[in-house]
Order: sequence, then C-alpha cells, then structure tokens
Amino acid sequence: MPGRTKKQEDPVEDTNMEDAPPSAQPEDVNDENVEEEEEEEEEEEEEVDPQRVKILPGSTDTAASFEFIDEGHTLGNALRYIVMKNPDVEFCAYSIPHPSEPKMNIRIQTYKGTAFDALKKGLSDLQDVCDVVADEFWAKRDAYNGEHGIDR
Amino acid sequence: MHPTKPAAWTNTPDAEEIARRQTVNINIETVSNNISTDYPGHFPGEDVEFTIERFREAFSVNFHQNDQFLSSFSLVGIDASLSNAFRRILLAEIPTLAIENVYIENNTSVIQDEVLAHRLGLIPFKGGREGLHNFLKWHKKPEVGEDPYAGCFDWNTVRLELNVECTVNPDASPAEDDPLKAYNNAHVYAKDLVFVPTGKQEEYFSGENAIMPTNPDILIAKLRPRQSINLAMHMHKGIGSDHAKFSPVATASYRLLPTITITKPILGADAEKFAKCFPKGVIGLEKVTKKEAAKKGSGYEGQEGQAKAVVVDAMKDTVSRECLRHAEFEGKVKLGRRRDHFIFSIESTGQWDSDELFLESVKHMKLKCKKLEQQVINMAR
Repeated sequence: MPGRTKKQEDPVEDTNMEDAPPSAQPEDVNDENVEEEEEEEEEEEEEVDPQRVKILPGSTDTAASFEFIDEGHTLGNALRYIVMKNPDVEFCAYSIPHPSEPKMNIRIQTYKGTAFDALKKGLSDLQDVCDVVADEFWAKRDAYNGEHGIDR
Repeated sequence: MHPTKPAAWTNTPDAEEIARRQTVNINIETVSNNISTDYPGHFPGEDVEFTIERFREAFSVNFHQNDQFLSSFSLVGIDASLSNAFRRILLAEIPTLAIENVYIENNTSVIQDEVLAHRLGLIPFKGGREGLHNFLKWHKKPEVGEDPYAGCFDWNTVRLELNVECTVNPDASPAEDDPLKAYNNAHVYAKDLVFVPTGKQEEYFSGENAIMPTNPDILIAKLRPRQSINLAMHMHKGIGSDHAKFSPVATASYRLLPTITITKPILGADAEKFAKCFPKGVIGLEKVTKKEAAKKGSGYEGQEGQAKAVVVDAMKDTVSRECLRHAEFEGKVKLGRRRDHFIFSIESTGQWDSDELFLESVKHMKLKCKKLEQQVINMAR
C-alpha cells in the first residue's frame, strides 16, 4: 500500500469502555445538573425579548432621544400624540431616519420631570386608551347586534 | 421658563369656537384648519391635559353596519394618530394563514410555475376559528442549508394539494365550442384545492371548519386536453407587513364625517339644483314656514310655501365639492369635515369576523405598548 507511511501495528483487541483509561479532562461529577441548567438558560433566552429601545447619545434628563427598533409610524405617531398631551412636555416629535432601517426615533423635551418619565407615562396612557376603546367598542357592538337580531 | 402654575385667567372656548376647532374646512380648491390643536399650551390658559377620564367622557362608538365580513362604525372623540394606528395594525400586523410554499410536481399548463405559485398565494382561505387563532402558531423560516421541513409541524403548517388534468369530454358534441363543455377541468378553480389534514388538524379543521377558500370560484388557471397540474402547498401564518396576502382585511379604511352648513337660505329652483349637487338623501327640500317668512332679516321674507334646501344626512355625502362650482351658491354653503369623527369600514377576507378584527387591533396596540413599557423600564436599569 503506497499510501501508508507507518508500519502497521498488530491489531489490539478493543478494550471495554469500563476498562478504558480515564479521560485527561477533569471528570464532571454532576453532569446531569449542568445539562439541565443549560436547557433552562436556552428557554430563558427564547422568552426574554431582545432590547428594542435605547437612549441615544447626547441626551440629558429633560431632553432625550429614544431609538425604537422594529417600530414605525403606527406606534410613532400615536405615542407622539399622547406624549404631547402631557403638559410637562415642551416638545415631542418622532421620525423614521431612513425607510430601509427598521428604526423609529422619538425626541422628548420636558419643562419638568424627566423625558424618560414622560415616555413611560405615554406608553401607559396608550394602554389605558386601548382599554377604553375596546370596552366601548364591544359594548356598542353587542347593543347593535341585540337591536338588529344579529346572533354571532 | 415653564409656567410654574396655571395662569390666573383661564379661557373656556364657547360652542362656536369648539365647532371651529373640530372642523376641517373644505374650500373650493384647498383644505384648511387641518392640524390638531388639542395640545396643552396651544391656546393659553386652557387645560387639555390627557386624562383617561376625559378621554372616556369624550369617546363614543356608533355602529352603522355589522355583517360578518363587513362592518362600518364611527369612532367619535379620538385623534387621527390613534385611529390611524388601529387602521395600520388592521392592515399589517394581524396574522392570517396563507399559502407560502408551493411544491410543483408537474405543470404543463400555459401558466408559468412562478406565476401560478403567486396566484395561489393570494387566495384567501377560511377555516375553524379556534384552530386558526389559537391552535396554529408561527412557523420559523428555515436557515439556508437547514432541512426546510424540519420546522414543519401540524401546529404551524397546513398542507394542500392540487391535482387536475384536462381531458376531452366524450359526451360533448364534436361541434361544441365552449371549452367548459367540450373538456373536463378546462378551468381550475380555488375549490379544486384539497386540504390534507395532518396530526391534530383533524380535530380543529373538520366538516365545515375545514380549511377552504373563502371564495370557491376564484379562477386559478385554464387548461386544454392533456395539460395537467400536480402540486402540493404549505400554508403558514404571516402578517401583512411581510406580504399583502397575509393581510386579514380586503379594505380597512376610515373617512372623516362630512359637514354641510347652509349659511344663507337656498330657495326654489336653486334648492332643487343644490340637492342635485349631492348624492341622494344628503339634501332635502322643505317648505318655508309662516313663522320663518315673518321673521325679518332671515332671508325668508315673503317666501312662505317656497321650497328650501336642508341638510338631511351629511354622512352620505362624498364631499365632491360640486356645490362650490356654481355661482348661485357662492357664500351660501360651507363644506367641512369633523376632525374627530372617523367612519371606519372594515371588510374581512374570511379568517376573522370584521368586528372581532377591530377589537384584535386594539388588543394588539395595547400589547405592543405593554411590551415597550417593559423595555423602557429595562433600558433604565
């Protein structure tokens, strides 16, 4: 065999796994536990959403810009409106810096309180609005269906 | 810099001022007063801070129509930015099921594979609601090089098949020139798609809950004898911002409530002409009463019994501005739109009821804000 460079050794009989010499690596005593932990970590990673909001450089407490990833005009304009309705806010505007980047920036400047608090209040106010709209809508829908004998 | 306390004097706008603010003017060539002004600090001394109580007080819904797949209703007392958010969510963010992959075994029809696949993708489907909304979940797109079927399960993939062959109809007369009679399967319709239930799909999509096209008579392809199509399809869930085929609505739109204000009397033949400037039922004709005719400066003096134009139902108006083109109505009528009265119209493609759809969009908006609020809190840490 021309490919062979070493002299062929006598075939050694295969050793049993139990008789095999211990590995050079330090033996892990609680192997199972480690695996379990790893699995748990993976699950957590799936559940925790990646951070999609960040504060842009140059921001101060009362004048800050926030960057939202994967948000657009849908949330941008609604949030801008509700933040502007806050009397502590001096200025609020949103922009989508470039249409091919999935980013939305919102700028908040306040008279008093922090821009951060104004943003947080805006988001919680929007949730309240959604509750009111949903309740009123469904109540009127049921009333209309009742009047017109629509059974669905 | 900022007002530390509210001004000692406060303004409360009168009814006329409120009406002016909530009207967008439609002029002969332009629109004006089209920007919302309900922000704190816009009018000095007025308190227009957002509070949920104030919003609840001002907000109302009126239904006009509520068919299963077509509903129309008004949202009153809400800003354009919020109602537009709901509309945008309806179009682009509510998930539906549509054909995503087409595996073509054989296609000898004149329609090319890629065109056929595109046509199949656009067909709207319906099925059991419980299965569509709760049982079926997202399908993760396989990475390049990954086994494309490894991520396909009964809870994220629906399989359909289409096997048709066109043959000569032996019963038809040789002189028959209507291909539908002369041949079998000359036309391939959406109803020819066969749903193949897998695993637990039997439970959710059987009988009338089966996955099937909403409109069975959508024409997919035309065949001639000895042409055939054999293919399998995989349906996945997706959203409208990825592809319009996933949009749950055929249309979801709103318009602002039109307003028509007759500022000076329009009488007699003019009144009839005026009514013709609008769609039917918008303008009505009434007789000038004795009392009106007796009142000086009303413009009705001595016109008792004469026909006058009155606004009956401004909602039906299309705001064509036709009435502004005629000299005889100049200065007698003002057109406008209510800034905070949105007449929604939602037409569903079959996977949701249209009233459910709007509720779903509101829920979506809330969930979005809830997640982002948490993100904002995390950002500070």
